[in-house]
Amino acid sequence: MSAHPSATLNELPAKAVADPDLEARQYAALHKTMRNQRMQDFFFHKITLLFAASVLVVLIGIIISLAIGAAPAFKEFGAGFVTRVEWDPVNDQFGAMIAIYGTLATSIIALAVAFPISFGIALFLTEICPVWLRRPLGTAVELLAGVPSIIYGMWGLFVFAPLFAEYVQPALKETIGQLPIVGVIFQGPTMGIGIMTAGLILAIMIIPFIASVMRDVFEIVPTVLKESAYGLGCTRWEVVRKVVLPYTRTGVVGGVMLGLGRALGETMAVTFVIGNAHSLSASLFSPGNSISSTLANEFAEAASALHSSSLFALALILFGITFIVLSAAKLMLMGMSRNEGTK
Amino acid sequence: MQNAVKNPVYRRRLLAHRIGITLSVCAMGIGLAFLAWILWTLLYNGLGGLSATLFTADTPAPGTPGGGLRNAIIGSVMMVGLSTLVSTPIGILAGIYLAEYGDNNKFAQVTRFVTDIMLSAPSIVIGLFVYAIYVANVQHFSGYAGTIALSLIAIPVVVRTTDNMLKLVPNSLLEAAYALGAPHWKVALTVRLRAVKAGVVTGVLLAIARVTGETAPLLFTALNNQFFSADMNAPLANLPVVIYTYAMSPYDDWRSLAWAGALLVTATVLLLNILSRTLFSQKTPR
Repeated sequence: MSAHPSATLNELPAKAVADPDLEARQYAALHKTMRNQRMQDFFFHKITLLFAASVLVVLIGIIISLAIGAAPAFKEFGAGFVTRVEWDPVNDQFGAMIAIYGTLATSIIALAVAFPISFGIALFLTEICPVWLRRPLGTAVELLAGVPSIIYGMWGLFVFAPLFAEYVQPALKETIGQLPIVGVIFQGPTMGIGIMTAGLILAIMIIPFIASVMRDVFEIVPTVLKESAYGLGCTRWEVVRKVVLPYTRTGVVGGVMLGLGRALGETMAVTFVIGNAHSLSASLFSPGNSISSTLANEFAEAASALHSSSLFALALILFGITFIVLSAAKLMLMGMSRNEGTK
Repeated sequence: MQNAVKNPVYRRRLLAHRIGITLSVCAMGIGLAFLAWILWTLLYNGLGGLSATLFTADTPAPGTPGGGLRNAIIGSVMMVGLSTLVSTPIGILAGIYLAEYGDNNKFAQVTRFVTDIMLSAPSIVIGLFVYAIYVANVQHFSGYAGTIALSLIAIPVVVRTTDNMLKLVPNSLLEAAYALGAPHWKVALTVRLRAVKAGVVTGVLLAIARVTGETAPLLFTALNNQFFSADMNAPLANLPVVIYTYAMSPYDDWRSLAWAGALLVTATVLLLNILSRTLFSQKTPR
């Protein structure tokens, strides 16, 4: 597509018909136009390339600047920073474990709750829903994805958490909380805010993301496959379980990972409801802290150099984890769409 | 039929089918219920705070009744507007590169991959990055820093939609333009890009919708300002951060302002989303 012969003869002098060296001048004009156009194309290529490269530069810049910011913390505490439980700004002692635990725990709860629901929604939208309802319902789910995360946080703090504390938490405490071993997870203060609430709010937030990816991958299952299964007498559920799901397995996992990536890095929805306490507890009802909520709460007020450097280190860890999760998600989804044509 | 219903295998399969379908319908119901619940909460708490003073008065001091969100609304509009002006040309040109030169090109494939990751990268980390490279060097929080952070979030959205939209243009259209002797850049800009104008505008609208509600990256870049200011080189009030601080505050007046602000932001974002959707479905050739 790049280089091609092109010239506009209209631009040549029209009155030069009687001229003896007409051909030479025509040739020169043609040559000049072509050279100009090649030049323009060359610059066009380079300019767009520059802007495309800027995305890469930003990514590399983020990694480098976070690494520079985090260096003092890693120098002070060594690689053990990641597993240290302490977080004490007064005595300048920092470790990432509490925040990492909070981030992972909330995200895993979110995923465990969001996966079945999003699967149900995607299934409903592709297989069960009457055609005329598909678009409006699909749009509604996508609108849920568009609601800014701070709204989820406010709603969680003022509406969800009080109800959760009053009705759900005591009930969980009375039932599952009494069991040996597992019970300790559902013990603790029933005040509504904490790791579990944060996880549930995150779940509500990532449901639309996962659901719309799943819907997209469900839609690429060839109709012939499904019709063959129906023709053999399968029920709709069996078609989904034994045809649609196996066909789209990578895509489904990719969608879930994409949701996980969102959940890991989410700040506002979590900060409102996680309780912001630097403590590690087996109970999911107790308040905790995630990496992003720690950053949101403490970065602007970080007094000592070591404190802000430790926060940079947390950010670096968070960026690393999400980068890996999102890359995996992306690779899976890419594999999915590549196979689309061949199967 | 009677025999089939009595057949235990068939009944088991039918039962599994019914349970599965019921659960799926329930899941859809749960999703919609939460959307309705959140929107209802917003309307219920936010409508009371909507009044003319919301747009004419500035954010009040602690404990002072009344006040509005004028400074925050203007600050947000300034930052989102400027970041749109910055990110649109950058995003579109980068998107053009990916669509025009992106096939069988390692560099473009990596860029596309990275763009997809940046789409979902934690926004608070982007705020931290802007703090490290800009705020820490100029030694003060500013509206410009907030704009940079928002632009970095908006660019991948524009790049990705532009790239996707350009790919929808039929090859025959481009070949016709080449056959007339048009140079590559002219075909790219005046034929290919123009054919998907509506789609590209959709991408820009989606990017605006995305950054309008972003709070985390503004916490350490634009910070906040209790007073009216149009100076982009100083801390700038903005809706999301005002909502965040006021919602976390113990004062009832502040909280009702936060709800009103939340309603305002959500309404804007949802309207932009719906607008981009209708625009896309109407104008783009499929």
